[in-house]
Amino acid sequence: MKLVICAGPATTGKTSVLRHVVRRLLKKGSSPSYLKIDVLYADEQAIMEREFAIPSKTVYSGELCPDHCNVMVLGDALEWAENQKSDLLLVETAGLCLRCSPYVEGSLGFVVLEATSGMNLPRKIGPMLTLADMAVVTKIDLVSQAEREVFRARIKESAREIRVVETDALYGTGIDPLIKTISEAKEIVFPLYLRGNPPVGTCTICVGKKEIGWKQHFGVVRPLEGEIFYRGE
Amino acid sequence: MKIDSIKIMGGFDKSGANEAVEEVIFKMGDIASIVGPTGCGKTTFINDIELFANGDTPSGRKLLINDLPVNADEAVSDRHDHPVALISQHTNFLSDLPVQDFLEIHGSVRQHQNIPSVVEETLEFANKLTGEPLIRESPMTELSGGQTRALLIADAVIIGNAPIILLDEIENAGIHRTRALQLLKQYEKIFIFVTHDPRIALLSDFRIVMENGGMTKIIVGDEDEKAVAKEISKLDDVLLHFRTRIRSGEQLTSHELVAHLKSLGYLT
Ligand SMILES: Nc1nc2c(ncn2[C@@H]2O[C@H](COP(=O)(O)OP(=O)(O)OP(=O)(O)O)[C@@H](O)[C@H]2O)c(=O)[nH]1
Ligand SMILES: Nc1ncnc2c1ncn2[C@@H]1O[C@H](COP(=O)(O)OP(=O)(O)OP(=O)(O)O)[C@@H](O)[C@H]1O
Ligand SMILES: [Mg+2]
Ligand SMILES: [Mg+2]
Ligand SMILES: [Zn+2]
Repeated sequence: MKLVICAGPATTGKTSVLRHVVRRLLKKGSSPSYLKIDVLYADEQAIMEREFAIPSKTVYSGELCPDHCNVMVLGDALEWAENQKSDLLLVETAGLCLRCSPYVEGSLGFVVLEATSGMNLPRKIGPMLTLADMAVVTKIDLVSQAEREVFRARIKESAREIRVVETDALYGTGIDPLIKTISEAKEIVFPLYLRGNPPVGTCTICVGKKEIGWKQHFGVVRPLEGEIFYRGE
Repeated sequence: MKIDSIKIMGGFDKSGANEAVEEVIFKMGDIASIVGPTGCGKTTFINDIELFANGDTPSGRKLLINDLPVNADEAVSDRHDHPVALISQHTNFLSDLPVQDFLEIHGSVRQHQNIPSVVEETLEFANKLTGEPLIRESPMTELSGGQTRALLIADAVIIGNAPIILLDEIENAGIHRTRALQLLKQYEKIFIFVTHDPRIALLSDFRIVMENGGMTKIIVGDEDEKAVAKEISKLDDVLLHFRTRIRSGEQLTSHELVAHLKSLGYLT
């Protein structure tokens, strides 16, 4: 099983990019599953089922921070994808909390940013960018070449090692390097750990326990199927 | 990567038939035009170039650089110096930085040694292209359509210094066309114009004709056409003169028209 986590601020084009990813992966004979984590509303599951008929799922994090929710449910979700006979789980996050970052060690994490968001954005978003393996820049059809170049340079300045892919996600132009990187990604090995340090808080994730799966945590937890509940003394 | 030439291998038109033109080569220093009716695929063609199409776009075209297939991975991704600058019908500046500040940032991203001088050169070039000079302190988002196009071109040529520059219908933007072509000819680059403008088409080294999504033929101007082009330039100048007069709120007279046509030798 491979794990690919796609993060990025709202409406930057995550789903648009993932649709091209799924189309090309299916062509290569891979069988991906898709999980969307959002707070209140998401229509991606229907899109993925209608367009590609791949196993798809939505998780609403409700009152949990969606990135914390991700840590809770990802263990179960990988099991679910395994049962669907998938070789790859694609996770699209809600991308609301810029302080957290949802990437997991030993898996591929990429961030989707829009070129239209202004040249300073890469300086503002922290770990969501700096801990990603790749940055996909969308909406390049709408901005000048010069601003694209500055945007790219600003990404590199915040995350020196990151690979940058620019795309017009309406057509999926230029995303082949992303597909290649996904295809070459390693199989995941349990136990899985979060890459970064979550912000200071009160639950076991917040205090730095990074192992994936709700069974590894105490306090307010939740499994993939079901409500949040309190676990512990 | 030093680019000497690019070659486009034809793909398919909208009906899926092979393109009549099997390949077209652009050499450094070439100025070419793409012509054809609305919706015939001109924009799609230059997009194929900017994307280093490799049979993976709707047209199935393939791009070769210096006669070799392009590794899009190396060429397009992870580089600040993308060799193609596309100035499209939608391209815009979104930054509200003052023109000069933005150009300085772009100059430093492009690692120019002498940033003030490339910025000056860029502003000077842009001002030659547009009728209304740019104010360097004004925010980029406040530039007019013509000023924006002029600055996009100047920045791509001088600061971006891209070897391949694609321009999609710049004629409607108040750019001084003849001067633009004369200025651009001084730079060793490949310029490809998508255009409905006879003057730009005729001043090009050759033009590609498109129909229904495919390239149908390549026309290289012969001596006879060059003579025609000269006359069309003169007529266009007459039109331009009258356009300027109308713009500045004046009334035209038949006396003036006759005088102009006489001076060109069309009336005796
Ligand atoms: N012009 C242009 N529009 C784009 C591009 N990528 C995405 N869009 C548009 O941007 C909007 C949002 O795209 P989505 O793919 O839904 O974005 P998202 O990140 O999945 O959004 P959420 O999941 O709701 O946060 C849609 O209307 C897309 O058609 C692009 O490269 N160019
Ligand atoms: N070879 C092709 N195969 C399939 N579809 C194509 C092909 N060429 C163009 N198209 C489609 O035809 C439509 C019109 O093409 P395009 O926008 O490139 O035309 P255009 O010549 O630039 O028009 P205009 O003069 O109005 O700007 C687009 O939707 C494009 O995707
Ligand atoms: Mg989405
Ligand atoms: Mg067009
Ligand atoms: Zn959080």
